[in-house]
Amino acid sequence: MKILVPVKRVLDYNVKARVKADGSGVDLNNVKMSINPFDEIAVEEAVRQKEAGIATEVVVVSCGIAACQETLRAALALGADRAVLIETTEVLQPLAVAKLLKAVCDKEQPNLVICGKQAIDDDANQTGQMLAALLQWGQATFASKLQIDGQSSVMVTREIDGGLETLSVELPALVTTDLRLNEPRYATLPNIMKAKKKPLETITPEALGVDIAPRLKTLSVAEPATRKAGEIVADIATLVSRLKNQAKVI
Amino acid sequence: MSILVIAEHDNRALKEATRNTIAGAAAIGGDIHVLVAGHGCESVAQAAARITGVSRVLQADAPHLELQLAEDLAAQVVPLAADYTHVLAPATAFGKNFLPRVAALLDVAQISDVVAVNSADTFVRPIYAGNALATVQSIDPIKVISVRTTAFDAAAETGSATIDSVPPTAAFGRTRCLGREIIRSDRPELAGAAIIVSGGRGLASKENYHSVLDPLADALGAALGASRAAVDAGFAPNDAQVGQTGKIVAPQLYIAVGISGAIQHLAGMKDSKVIVAINKDPEAPIFQVADFGVVGDLFELVPELVTAIG
Ligand SMILES: Cc1cc2nc3c(=O)[nH]c(=O)nc-3n(C[C@H](O)[C@H](O)[C@H](O)COP(=O)(O)OP(=O)(O)OC[C@H]3O[C@@H](n4cnc5c(N)ncnc54)[C@H](O)[C@@H]3O)c2cc1C
Ligand SMILES: Nc1ncnc2c1ncn2[C@@H]1O[C@H](COP(=O)(O)O)[C@@H](O)[C@H]1O
Repeated sequence: MKILVPVKRVLDYNVKARVKADGSGVDLNNVKMSINPFDEIAVEEAVRQKEAGIATEVVVVSCGIAACQETLRAALALGADRAVLIETTEVLQPLAVAKLLKAVCDKEQPNLVICGKQAIDDDANQTGQMLAALLQWGQATFASKLQIDGQSSVMVTREIDGGLETLSVELPALVTTDLRLNEPRYATLPNIMKAKKKPLETITPEALGVDIAPRLKTLSVAEPATRKAGEIVADIATLVSRLKNQAKVI
Repeated sequence: MSILVIAEHDNRALKEATRNTIAGAAAIGGDIHVLVAGHGCESVAQAAARITGVSRVLQADAPHLELQLAEDLAAQVVPLAADYTHVLAPATAFGKNFLPRVAALLDVAQISDVVAVNSADTFVRPIYAGNALATVQSIDPIKVISVRTTAFDAAAETGSATIDSVPPTAAFGRTRCLGREIIRSDRPELAGAAIIVSGGRGLASKENYHSVLDPLADALGAALGASRAAVDAGFAPNDAQVGQTGKIVAPQLYIAVGISGAIQHLAGMKDSKVIVAINKDPEAPIFQVADFGVVGDLFELVPELVTAIG
């Protein structure tokens, strides 16, 4: 059983995004970049399947600039076996990423793909579902529990509105991770060293024959309006009076 | 312009999010149709037909559509989409699950979480946990859009559209639902609640979360929300998580109790009309967005607040 995990290099979740003065985008110069947290959860889940003797190989894939190698090495340090970088300096939108990943899946023939549910930079929440559609596979998004049943299906508990849903999806299948799926381990120093020697293959979108032209043109990126600083009130009586008489919300 | 809105429902009732999405469609302008795909969903189709601005309801009714699995729903929408310039769904767990499949099968981009419509092809959407707003223009022939429900006031109910049935497409068959565990609650749903009481790690346990927050929510008729830390620790169910990767809410009043105000949490509630924060740490970032803050121990302040509201 082969599991493929797409991982995205994103602005670290602890860093507040700053809009560039010219409104062309968010400033990514000299800021900490990390593996998308949901993808870290996806790698952890795949590695656990391998440790449980269910998966035989975990392949991680990233699409983007050369620096995505760092992201892939981080995933290898968590226990993935091998990495593929689809290298391009072009802006990649979810549909293009899904097409690139589809081409990789056609080659690699994984039994299961585990994506993050959402990249915390574009907040699109699309790529996994798009990839599943292009592959004509079943999907289980927002997974909080995953259990592979033999070679034929995967049972996934999903976080939905109002509660939980359990699906059984025939393999090959696509799953996207939610926060409660697992708690990723920290990479140990020996594993970080080992990861440097694991295979990392680089290919280009052209070599895969995929059209990655963006469909959306970003006209501008702006800072949202900020809220006015509020008032620290002395006690509950004052708070209730403000809510009743000033804000008129209770 | 002709717009197809995919209804969110449970085969009995239309979800409020559908009315917000229709308001989003009205902001684009043009003829608005609604697809109700489900099983035994006649009452939903009738409810959709009453929504202001809707001229036609398409009802696809079949046993395999009852659970509205993403694979089946996308297969139902794609052949219909050819007749439309825009396909819209709410940016809820429901919409997020199937809509990207529709976009991929149509070979078009999806524009997620739209908060404003500038023109028929240009939209505003938040990125980076709402720390930036991107204005994007689509060059695709069909615009597939998920609508942030809090950004559009629900459409009214003055309409009387025609209802036509459309043939159901074949079932996907390779995904099965083994069960759904829906937690019934007498409280209002988070989405659409006028008042939300939300608790964080500061509550320290599930028992405290309820013994402290339930009386406040009862007194205010409020919905209960939570931070990720509170959900991870099991104080509150998953779908109570407010934030960048949980629910986006914008009630009249949001009361954050024992929540620090991480970027990811603020992303989900900073468009609330009035924000109240109760936290013992005067430096907590939540106070930077709160209209009214009280610094102190929540275990003393919240019961006091309940008494004061009466
Ligand atoms: C990928 C990713 C996605 C995320 N998505 C979300 C999301 O959607 N929503 C979300 O909320 N978070 C999200 N987070 C987590 C977020 O970064 C924070 O960790 C989380 O919001 C913190 O929750 P909290 O405020 O309850 O806990 P803490 O940050 O621990 O804050 C607890 C607060 O309680 C106060 N307190 C403690 N005891 C008392 C007392 N007795 N009286 C008064 N005050 C007290 C403390 O002063 C403190 O400010 C995400 C993180 C990641 C990495
Ligand atoms: N450039 C990329 N390279 C690899 N995987 C990606 C990339 N972009 C998105 N993904 C995957 O798709 C998921 C959802 O991303 P998005 O649809 O952009 O929110 C991420 O969590 C990743 O698993």
